[in-house]
Amino acid sequence: MANTDIEARKQELLNQGYTEVYTRTKVLTDAVMHYCPGCGHGTTHRLVAEVIDEMGIQDQVVGVSPVGCSVLAYNYFDVDFQEAAHGRAPALATAIKRLNPDTFVFTYQGDGDLAAIGTAETIHACNRGENITMIFVNNGIYGMTGGQMAPTTLIGMKSATTPYGRRVDLNGYPLRITELISTLPGTYYVTRQSVQTPAAVRKAKAAIRKAFENQKLKKGLSFVEILSNCNSGWKMTPVQANKWMEDNMMPNYPVGDIKVDGKLVDNVDVARLAVDHPLTVMQ
Amino acid sequence: MAFKGQIVIDTEHCKGCGVCLAACPMQCLELSKNVNGKGYNYTQTVNDKCIGCASCAMVCPDGVISVYKKQC
Ligand SMILES: Cc1ncc(C[n+]2csc(CCOP(=O)(O)OP(=O)(O)O)c2C)c(N)n1
Ligand code: SF4
Ligand code: SF4
Ligand code: SF4
Ligand SMILES: [Mg+2]
Repeated sequence: MANTDIEARKQELLNQGYTEVYTRTKVLTDAVMHYCPGCGHGTTHRLVAEVIDEMGIQDQVVGVSPVGCSVLAYNYFDVDFQEAAHGRAPALATAIKRLNPDTFVFTYQGDGDLAAIGTAETIHACNRGENITMIFVNNGIYGMTGGQMAPTTLIGMKSATTPYGRRVDLNGYPLRITELISTLPGTYYVTRQSVQTPAAVRKAKAAIRKAFENQKLKKGLSFVEILSNCNSGWKMTPVQANKWMEDNMMPNYPVGDIKVDGKLVDNVDVARLAVDHPLTVMQ
Repeated sequence: MAFKGQIVIDTEHCKGCGVCLAACPMQCLELSKNVNGKGYNYTQTVNDKCIGCASCAMVCPDGVISVYKKQC
C-alpha cells in the first residue's frame, strides 16, 4: 500500500466508528531503520519515542547515540541528538545535562559500547549520580562488527571470537554491569527489561517512562537495561532468537527492577548475583 | 464486551521478520508469498478474527502496524 492509501484506510476505519488503539509515533522520523528484521533495537527505539511523545517533551530531549548498530539512532528520532565517541555517551550526556539542566538527556548504548570500551564512563556517571537516563541494549554480542564476544556474552555462547563457546578460563565471566552499578549510591532507578513479547514490551515502556520522569526529581541516574536479540549475530531467525533469549539470556540476566527510588529492591540479592556462577548455555 | 479489531499494515515498510505472527492470539497474520519493494515477504491478515488487542503492534520493531477497534 502506498502512503496515501494507508492514510485513506485509517480514515475510513475512523469513519466507520473504529477508534485508534495504536499507530506509529511521530517522534520517530519516517526514515526506515537499518536494523535487521526483528532486531530489538527497533522495538526499543519505538518505546523511547513513544514515552517522549506521551510526556510531551519532544522539544526538550537530547539523545546521545553510541558506536554499535545503533550508531545511526539520530536518524530515527525527531529530537536533538549528539553522537558520542565509542563508549563515551555518559560523559557527553553529563556535559549536555549540566549545561542545559532543563533538558531530558538520554544515552542509548549497546553492551560493547556501555560495558566494554565505555565501562569507565558508565561507572563514573552512575557513581556521580548524573540526572540522566541510560538505555542499555544488551544482546550479548558486538552486533555491528560481525558478532564478536562482548563482556555480556554467556558462558558457552558461540560468537565470531568464541567459535566453540565462551570459556571462563580463557575469556573470563559474563559481566552483569546492571547489578554492579545498582550498588553505587548515585543510581536512583536500575531495572532490567526485555522486548520480545507484548507483555514484556508494555513493562519495558513503563520502565523507560519512569526513567525519564525521574529526571524531574534530580535525585540521580536512571538505568534501563533491555535484553534484546541480535538474530543476525546469533545466526537464528528473529522468532528463534527471541525464544533463545528467553531460555538462555533470562536465567543469566533476570528481568525486573533492581533498584527503585534509590533503594535496592528487597527480593533481589545483588551481591549473590554478582558472584554466582552464571548458567552455561547449550547450543 | 466483545471488540472487533482492524489493523492497517504499511506493507512497503514491513521487513517480514515474523515476530508479529508469533504474538497474535487469534492467528490473524501470515507472511505473504509476494514480496515488497525491498524484497521482504510482508505480513498480511488471513481472517477477520482480529480483536484489536495490539499485540502485533507492540512487538513490531518497525512500527508498521496500526490498530483500530470498535465494540460489537
Ligand atoms: C575506538 C573503537 N574501537 C572499536 C571499534 C569497533 N566497534 C564498532 S561497534 C563495536 C561494538 C558494538 O557492540 P555493541 O555496543 O554491543 O552494539 P550492538 O551492535 O551489539 O548493538 C566495536 C568494537 C570502533 N568503532 N571504535
Ligand atoms: S546485527 Fe544484530 S544488533 Fe545489529 S541490527 Fe542486526 S540483529 Fe540488530
Ligand atoms: S490486533 Fe491483536 S488480534 Fe488483531 S492482528 Fe494484532 S495481535 Fe492479532
Ligand atoms: S513485526 Fe512488523 S516488520 Fe516484522 S513481520 Fe510483523 S509487521 Fe513486518
Ligand atoms: Mg551488543
